[in-house]
This record gives sequence, C-alpha cells and structure tokens, in this order.
Amino acid sequence: MQIYLPIAEVAVNVLVLFGLGGIVGLLSGLFGVGGGFLITPLLFFIGIPPPVAVATGANQVVASSISGVLAHLKRKTVDFRMGTVLLVGGIAGSSLGIWVFNLLSRLGQIDLVVQLSYVLFLGVVGALMLQESLRALMRSKGSAPPVRRAHHGWVHALPFKVKFRTSGLYISVIPPVVVGVGVGLLGAVMGVGGGFILVPAMIYLLGMPTKVVVGTSLFQIIFVAGFTTFMHAITNQSVDLLLALFLILGGVVGAQVGSRFSGRLKAEQLRILLALLVLAVCLKIALDLLLEPAELYSLAPVRS
Amino acid sequence: MRLRLALALALMAATPAAAERLVTGLSEDNVSITASFDGSDILIYGAVKREEPIPGGPRLEVIVTVEGPSTPVVVRRKDRRWGIWVNTQSVTVDSAPSFYEVATTGPLGRILSETEDLRHKISIPRKVRSVGAPQDVTDSQAFTDALIRLKEEKGAYELSQGAVELSEQTLFRTDIALPANLTEGAYETRIFLLRDRKVIDRRSEIIQVRKVGLERMVYRIARDFPVSNGILALVIAALAGWGASVAFRYVRS
Repeated sequence: MQIYLPIAEVAVNVLVLFGLGGIVGLLSGLFGVGGGFLITPLLFFIGIPPPVAVATGANQVVASSISGVLAHLKRKTVDFRMGTVLLVGGIAGSSLGIWVFNLLSRLGQIDLVVQLSYVLFLGVVGALMLQESLRALMRSKGSAPPVRRAHHGWVHALPFKVKFRTSGLYISVIPPVVVGVGVGLLGAVMGVGGGFILVPAMIYLLGMPTKVVVGTSLFQIIFVAGFTTFMHAITNQSVDLLLALFLILGGVVGAQVGSRFSGRLKAEQLRILLALLVLAVCLKIALDLLLEPAELYSLAPVRS
Repeated sequence: MRLRLALALALMAATPAAAERLVTGLSEDNVSITASFDGSDILIYGAVKREEPIPGGPRLEVIVTVEGPSTPVVVRRKDRRWGIWVNTQSVTVDSAPSFYEVATTGPLGRILSETEDLRHKISIPRKVRSVGAPQDVTDSQAFTDALIRLKEEKGAYELSQGAVELSEQTLFRTDIALPANLTEGAYETRIFLLRDRKVIDRRSEIIQVRKVGLERMVYRIARDFPVSNGILALVIAALAGWGASVAFRYVRS
C-alpha cells in the first residue's frame, strides 16, 4: 500500500515505513541507542530527501526513546539524577555543535566531516566495545571473578561529588557533564542523538552498570532528539507528520519488544551485538568513502 | 466518438482562419494529490482546424510536452582526494523542471529543427537551463548531462518518440502518465503543430496539481505554523511512546 508524504513529496510503501520504524525501535529498546545513526541513512535509501529524513528521523527517535524509557522505568533501571546531569552537558554541547556545524557548512565540507566522524567514532567505539565485551564473556565462562570496571584514581579525586544511587556511584559531577558536552557536540555535528557514543562512555568512562546505562541513555536522548526535531521544524519546516506517524507506530512497538529482550540477554551479549552493529555501519560508510561510487554526480535542491 | 468529434470540428472549421490551427483539450486539468495518490494518467487530445484541403508535401507532426514547476538545482561531482571520494566540484543549474515529458509523433531530431528547438525549448537538454558555471569547472556540460541522466533514471524526465497518435493528419491524442512522486504546482502542457520541421501553431494548457484533504492540512501546518508543527510532532511522539508502553503492559497482564 503506497502513501504520498506531503512534505517529502514522495510516495512510499506504508509497510516499509512500519518495518523501518520497527527495526529502529527494536534496537532502541535493546541497546539504549536512539537509532539516529540507522534511521537517517535508511530513509535516504528509500528516497526521502535528506532534510526531511534527518528531521523526521529525530522525531521517531523521541517516540521510541519514550516508549523504551517507560519500559525501563518499571524495572527501575533509569538513573534520573545521572540523566539530568548528562542532559545539562548535552544541551550545552549541542548548542556548541550547531555553531560548529554552521561553520563547517560555510566552508563547504560538512558532508565529508560528518562521514569521517562517523567512520572514526563508530570504528573506535565499536572496536573497543567488542574487544572489552568479548573479554568479559570469556571471563564469565571461565568462572573468573566478576567483571571489574576501570575506576580511574583521578576521577575520584575531583570535587563536587554526588551520590548516584541507582547507578551505585559516588563520583564528581564533572566527568558526566564533560561526557554530556562531548556527546551533545558530536551529536549535533553528526546529526544523531549520540546514544551509540553515550552508552559506551557511560560504561567505560563513568563505570555505570550496563543495566542502568540503557534506560538512562534513553532518558537523555528523548530531550536531545526532541530539541533537534523542534529546531528543524522551525528553521527548515522539514518535519513530515505523516511520515513521522508511520515510523513512530512501528517504532514504539519495536521499542517495547526490544526492551523485553534486553532483560533476557546477558549484558556482555548485548554489548557484543551493539558493537557488531556499530562496526557494520562504520564499515559501510568507510567503503562508500574508499570505493569508487557507481554514480559520481548527485543532485540537491538550492537552499535559499 | 472519434467520428463525432471529427464532425464537430468540420463544422467549426467553417469559421474563417488562416492555414492550420490547433484545437486541444485535456481529460483533466486538475490533479488532486490524496494520501493514496499513486500517479495519474492524463489524456491530451485535439485536432487540426483548417479551411483548405490538407496541403501536400511533408507530413504534419505533433509534439506534446508537460512540465512541472522549475527550480534551481545543485549538481555535485565526487572526486578522489587523499584516497577517499568526496564532493569536490558543483554547478548550479539555474532552472530545471521537477518533471518533464515530451511525447511526439516521430523521432524528435527528424520532425523538429535545431532553431525551432532553441526558440521553443522543446527537447530535454534545451529545457534544462544552465547559465554560468564556476571558474574551476571547465566541463559544465557534463554536469547538465548528469542531471538529465539522473532525472531520466528516476522517471522524472522522459522522451516518448512516437507516443502521439495522429490520424488522418487531423486528430491526435496521447496519454501522459504523471508519476506518484509529484511536486505540487502548475504543470504547463504545450502542444506544437509542426510541418517541414517548423512549428506552425502552438497551444498551451495548465494542469493544476494540488494536495487535498489530509495532505493539504499536514503541508500547510508545517509551512504556516512551524512552531505548532514542532510541538505537535513531539506530542504525537510522546503519546505514541506512552500509548505503546501502556498497551504492552495491558497485553502482558
């Protein structure tokens, strides 16, 4: 069944939209990533113009994140205090990121910078996560002592210590704020919510338990993606409500299913899966950059 | 039906007029884009009105063009720099129609002369206008060619030679298929009558393509009330996220 999208001005299959929304929602519930790094390229692929894909994709991320957070909320795996601290840093970083984005746009190389940062960050994050979680999995099989997270001595020496009860941490607010700023900055430049950077940062840099990480990351992503959607709706009028509706309907269902599964899988297995997914997307973008494309030319509307 | 039309036209031909003139019609001059819109076929038909008997010499030919709203388009080209493929050069094509279909009674090169093509901008390359290219681009023609090729691959531009049926050198008809991916706007339909590779008469009609109903509403809200649209989008997202969570809890219990 085809449907004509009023803002994107293309006709697409409704089932394809449900399916895309569902897949991204599933990942979102499973891993605590918003799925922005997947939904946007997938929408390009089915012929949605890039500005509409970015803006509407962000809106879908809001919906699936809310759905995911609510599921995690019941299991009490959302650290609100940590989420809020990260969010404060995130909004600041995101504002800075928008400024950097505009600067790069003026220089005419934003596409390249975005692609290169995707390859760099997805590659590094994916590889680190895969290595660490494989090692953890080996250890748990060999009935070795439980996984010990790296606790940096200097992190504990910092001032403004706060108790994050849900995470079982008593650390300074400075590292979470810095992580928030960094993720917000990258997210705004790369046009994503930043979940795939946030999740490993929370595990490896802040030492939070994986169980709490997913819900807390989703909590933060709701607001970052919401901010992005709103800015796009105002500046580019590129949020397609009809497209959003179908993606969202698929997404919220997927997110519910995903968060059920995430309770059943082992934390290490979850991390291996996310690492493989991140690496696959990284590889795809790297190949696009390295191999000679079949079509050297591309068309874009002139922005006024 | 065709006979009756011929008869009516024969009667109309009684009024004095010079040489051969076109009388044209469209099956529809309004296309409504609804949510389930998946393209539309438009019949463009007409007849040649004349007082004298059909002149001898070269055959009569007909060309029908339908064009969507024109906008400037940036064409970018990738090049290899430091081992990776990046967009390096770009050319802005000043005016390219969103949709362009040319239907003819025969091969375009044979029935239309270069000068007439230049004057009336009938063929696809003539229709796509590119004025200046930046200094660093020496082969701007390659960019215009690429635009046409990409648009043809998407089915937005098409040249259908022989798609216009002309019977008895008087009546003609052709079907133009408007694709599902249609942009809103006024679609100009031009009908050219040619003899000896020259345009001897032309007519122009407008097909209005408009979004209606839900499509129109969603479009207008996004354009006219961007703040409300942003809030609405977030409210929908929040309600859907919450709704799914509640629904799943209900299903499980």
